[in-house]
Amino acid sequence: MTGEVAVIGAGMHPWGKWGRSFVEYGTKAARAALTDAGLDWPDIASVVGANTVRCGYPGQVAGATFARALGWQGARVTSVYAACASGARAIDTARAQILSGMVDTVLVVGADAAPKGFFAPSGGDRPDDPDWLRFRVLGATNPAYFALWARRRMALCGDTPEDFAAVKVKNAAAGAANRHARYRSPVTAEEVAASPVVADPLRLLDICATSDGAAALVLSSVDFARRHGVADPVRIRAVSSVAPVYPRTALDLPDIATDSAPDALVPDGFRPSIARAAYEEAGIGPEDLSLAEVYDLSTALELEWYEDLGLCAAGEGAKLLREGATALGGRIPVNPSGGLASFGEAVPAQAIAQVCELAQQLRGRAGDRQVAGARVGITANQGLFGHGSSVIAVR
Amino acid sequence: MASARTPVVAGWFTSGDGDFRLLGTRCRACGAVYFPREDTFCRAPRCAGEELDEVPLSRRGRVWSYTDGRYRPPAPYPSDPARDWAPYTLIAVELAAERMVVLGQGAPGVTVADLAVGMEVEVVPGVLAGEGGQSWTTWHWLPVPAEDVEESS
Ligand SMILES: [Zn+2]
Repeated sequence: MTGEVAVIGAGMHPWGKWGRSFVEYGTKAARAALTDAGLDWPDIASVVGANTVRCGYPGQVAGATFARALGWQGARVTSVYAACASGARAIDTARAQILSGMVDTVLVVGADAAPKGFFAPSGGDRPDDPDWLRFRVLGATNPAYFALWARRRMALCGDTPEDFAAVKVKNAAAGAANRHARYRSPVTAEEVAASPVVADPLRLLDICATSDGAAALVLSSVDFARRHGVADPVRIRAVSSVAPVYPRTALDLPDIATDSAPDALVPDGFRPSIARAAYEEAGIGPEDLSLAEVYDLSTALELEWYEDLGLCAAGEGAKLLREGATALGGRIPVNPSGGLASFGEAVPAQAIAQVCELAQQLRGRAGDRQVAGARVGITANQGLFGHGSSVIAVR
Repeated sequence: MASARTPVVAGWFTSGDGDFRLLGTRCRACGAVYFPREDTFCRAPRCAGEELDEVPLSRRGRVWSYTDGRYRPPAPYPSDPARDWAPYTLIAVELAAERMVVLGQGAPGVTVADLAVGMEVEVVPGVLAGEGGQSWTTWHWLPVPAEDVEESS
């Protein structure tokens, strides 16, 4: 085990399409997290920003941008980028600074102002960039990959479009009770089935939107939290962001082909390995979990995560869903926040928002979304270029 | 100006007539095959190989998964905004000999209703049409007629 850090503050700017700057969203989330922590900004020793990248440029390098917006006060400044796992990398960077004894308190911030429509690479000819190539040669958008995975589940596991729709119905019901969610209306299976097909078999309501939003955390040493009057703080016990292991055998964003396997094509081990590294670091297993926040880029992908996190056996994700185990009130609620289905993706903020939800749940402050007696939570996320992450928090 | 004989990416498939194949590379040290081609280093973590030879990939494979694009993809995908959007299929194909999965567009006229996971398909030359009559050569996957499926593959 690595050692724990305390989560003493969590804050968010509501997700949506607000037409404002990511700096404004991030600063509001940071101020909310500082208020939640009961700390003044000048007391913070370090700020870590998850970079907001547009057109290949980490626009207004995040850590420094938020430090300036809050008012330069001399803190250490760090910015990190790891695609969808940027937020988790920011948390891990803060954790390393605290556990090394370098600092006692760190503010972690991620914010995005997302473009409309499909995520696309920046302009110009870049035939050495796999992300540019998949759009240029094949027009393979992110939903196309989600759809390939969904179709394969249907063929191998017997999942149905009705199962996928049931994930949306479940997450929309939870999101309706979350004031930070972008979509706050219940959704019916009929509404999912009536939405247009984007990439067969996935429909518009199976696929997460892109959103504006921001999330922030104040992390500290456990000693600092206790001195600060938090006797029983939420603690981060593991942060995993392992790379895949060669050969990749599942087609993954942004690749046009898999690696060539030395033997028969075995199932790809990347997503399970992210969770396994987190479980090992935390010294717990899936049976210890109270809740999970997973990256439902599509409804079908949420079912994949059930299996990758070990909540059920391979191929049985839809069965677990049909039993009601992953709904609020079930054995192991998944995405009690409402998930990406209710938020849409705000890339550098999303992995931090997942940990904000764990913090609220473990502190018993999740209101109508509260998982009774929550003690242990896990997050899981995955993005471009072999990035993924998992965070385990306990109380 | 690009013509129908200009490949969308140089060196990814054979040119001209005759036996059309995707072109990958194979590491001389460990035998790993790469598509898109790696020409400088082998990516196997325990292989120091730096010599890779061009190798044609299997002509046929089996559908690993498939989907379609109901909306026009964003740039840099070449498409003519003056023309109505016509969905195309995307097919991920498992090549048995290489033990890898390669994505490509389905040949014109192939819809998701024509496809199933495990179905045999064959690589064929295709054309990618852009704005103002520009076009490039590419590869497409085409279902193999049932009577033509090779027993052994
Ligand atoms: Zn090699």
